[in-house]
Amino acid sequence: MITLKNIHRNFQVGDQLVHALDDVNLTISAGEYLSIMGPSGSGKSTLLNLLGLLDRPSAGSYHLNGRDVTSLSDIEQAQVRNQEIGFVFQMFHLVPRLTAAENVELPLILAGIEPAQRHAQVEAVMQELHISDRSHHKPDQLSGGQRQRVAIARATINQPKILLADEPTGNLDRKSGQDVIHLLEDLNRRGITLIMVTHDAEIGQRAQRQLHMMDGAITHEQSA
Amino acid sequence: MRIQDLLNLTSRSLIAHRLRSLLTSLGIAIGVAAMVLLTSIGEGVHQFMLAEFTQFGTTLVGINPGKATTAGTSMGAFGTSRPLTIADAEALKRLPYARAVVPLVQGNAEVEAGNRRRRTTIYGVGHQMPKAFNMAVKSGRFLPDDDPTAPRAFAVLGSKMRHELFAKENPLGQRITIGGSRYRVIGVMASKGSILGFDLDDTVYIPAARALSLFNNESLVEIDIMYAEGTPVDKVVKGIEDILKARHGRDDVTITTQAQMLEVLGSILNVLTFAVAAIGGISLLVGAIGIITIMTISINERTNEIGLLRALGAKQSQVLTLFLGEAVVLAAVGGLAGLLLGVGIAQLLHIVLPELPIHISMFYIIFAEMVAVVIGILAGVFPARRAAKMDPVEALRAE
Ligand SMILES: Nc1ncnc2c1ncn2[C@@H]1O[C@H](COP(=O)(O)OP(=O)(O)OP(=O)(O)O)[C@@H](O)[C@H]1O
Ligand SMILES: [Mg+2]
Repeated sequence: MITLKNIHRNFQVGDQLVHALDDVNLTISAGEYLSIMGPSGSGKSTLLNLLGLLDRPSAGSYHLNGRDVTSLSDIEQAQVRNQEIGFVFQMFHLVPRLTAAENVELPLILAGIEPAQRHAQVEAVMQELHISDRSHHKPDQLSGGQRQRVAIARATINQPKILLADEPTGNLDRKSGQDVIHLLEDLNRRGITLIMVTHDAEIGQRAQRQLHMMDGAITHEQSA
Repeated sequence: MRIQDLLNLTSRSLIAHRLRSLLTSLGIAIGVAAMVLLTSIGEGVHQFMLAEFTQFGTTLVGINPGKATTAGTSMGAFGTSRPLTIADAEALKRLPYARAVVPLVQGNAEVEAGNRRRRTTIYGVGHQMPKAFNMAVKSGRFLPDDDPTAPRAFAVLGSKMRHELFAKENPLGQRITIGGSRYRVIGVMASKGSILGFDLDDTVYIPAARALSLFNNESLVEIDIMYAEGTPVDKVVKGIEDILKARHGRDDVTITTQAQMLEVLGSILNVLTFAVAAIGGISLLVGAIGIITIMTISINERTNEIGLLRALGAKQSQVLTLFLGEAVVLAAVGGLAGLLLGVGIAQLLHIVLPELPIHISMFYIIFAEMVAVVIGILAGVFPARRAAKMDPVEALRAE
């Protein structure tokens, strides 16, 4: 499903060239559960952003479902992000002036879906994630765990094949963090490909495949 | 994205910052109000001036002695042109389309009636003057169709002059003295008011030939001709030129048509209205800078949100549309408020100062609102383009 070949990502900082990703090769099949671990600055987020088509590699090829996606136009990449990829962030990134339900609705609005269909879809997803009683609350009226669940609902509203999570429990207490992990694993069991960056070894060990990164390269891989 | 959703998202983010949205719109509102108000006054003055000029009728041609050169000096000043005479005026009556021909002499003299005296402007005219200038006789009659070279000593009073000289007495048939010569009052004109500073009521009308000798003039000041409606003005001018050239031996008069005057006046007044609109436009410019400022601040504050939208699958064009939409709504709402404000103040002014000519022009109202929307687009496009061009990863990482 995902094939990365000889991926490099360099950043020019002043007169210094930073190799955030240094010759990364990776193949991921549909439905897998991957965790990515490693010290700060090792390139985990850079890899995840690249997988999510938010960033382009400096060199190398990225095939998604057999299609070379690095050469897609901005519009085509936006389409892929909207339909096939879901993002969950450490900082939740909910729009503060919109209600929980409206935040979940955003990807459908961007896709130009009819309101009636949108509302049915939002209702269903929020019910599934047990946050339908918070539909009309603004983000600042929700707990951290509830906010992350709203973000997960938003990431999955278009039933994407891939869910990318960058330290989804980083801003949560232990209990809410566990709830969120269970939710994500639940989605994975129902078929979604889950790729999660984490600092927490305990959480990372739960994944079938565990990638370890260092200085922009995948150093080793473990399987559960 | 559907247009309703665009409007909804746009208004939600503007409402989230009510106060600053309101203040930004106010900037545009003041600009539009200024434009509406200033152009209303400009249009009012325009129409007022045109009405002043056309109340004598629009089919008038004036003939003055001397040829106006392009440098603006008259050859008459060097004595090379012949005087314009009563005989010339008589000759011009032969023009087939001339409905009225009025010789005109003007000067100041002292008028006495009994023991009252008043120094004023005296007009020496022909008997067709009321017809040519659209003026009405209130009582008695106007100067008769006498032999133009030897008219009887009759005088017609302006309405104010009648009151000054005779108060409640009946002036008809009374004797008055003008510059030492005796005249008999045979009529009183209806009030005409003052026109561009000339008080046509505070005057006495006497036959042109008598005015010439009273002021010791050789030449008439002017001959006015009213021609039949529908006659091409070129044809009228040509006819006049032919007759006077034959009589004077050369082309030594200046012919001014009412149509020409209205054209010149109209274009001067248009420039005036436009200049006044441009002054209003400066305050709109200030409003536009307000929109640029607030949109730039807003985009800096919402950098994360821009990154998020991109992650959720927003195209660059959608981000552009969303922020441009906010700028346009700010400007359009401000514009509408400004229209109401401007029209309101204009109407209030009309009540408080009824003499001030105010005309609210639908053209300028629609124009002002369109300018407001265009300003919204222009002011919004730079910040919105910056938002659309942001790198999504960096936008998400921004603090
Ligand atoms: N936009 C950028 N400009 C310059 N350098 C960058 C940029 N983005 C990332 N880097 C560098 O690339 C390297 C990898 O960064 P990345 O954010 O992927 O690390 P990470 O593994 O996610 O770290 P953390 O665990 O702290 O989130 C770092 O050295 C970082 O400084
Ligand atoms: Mg990171």
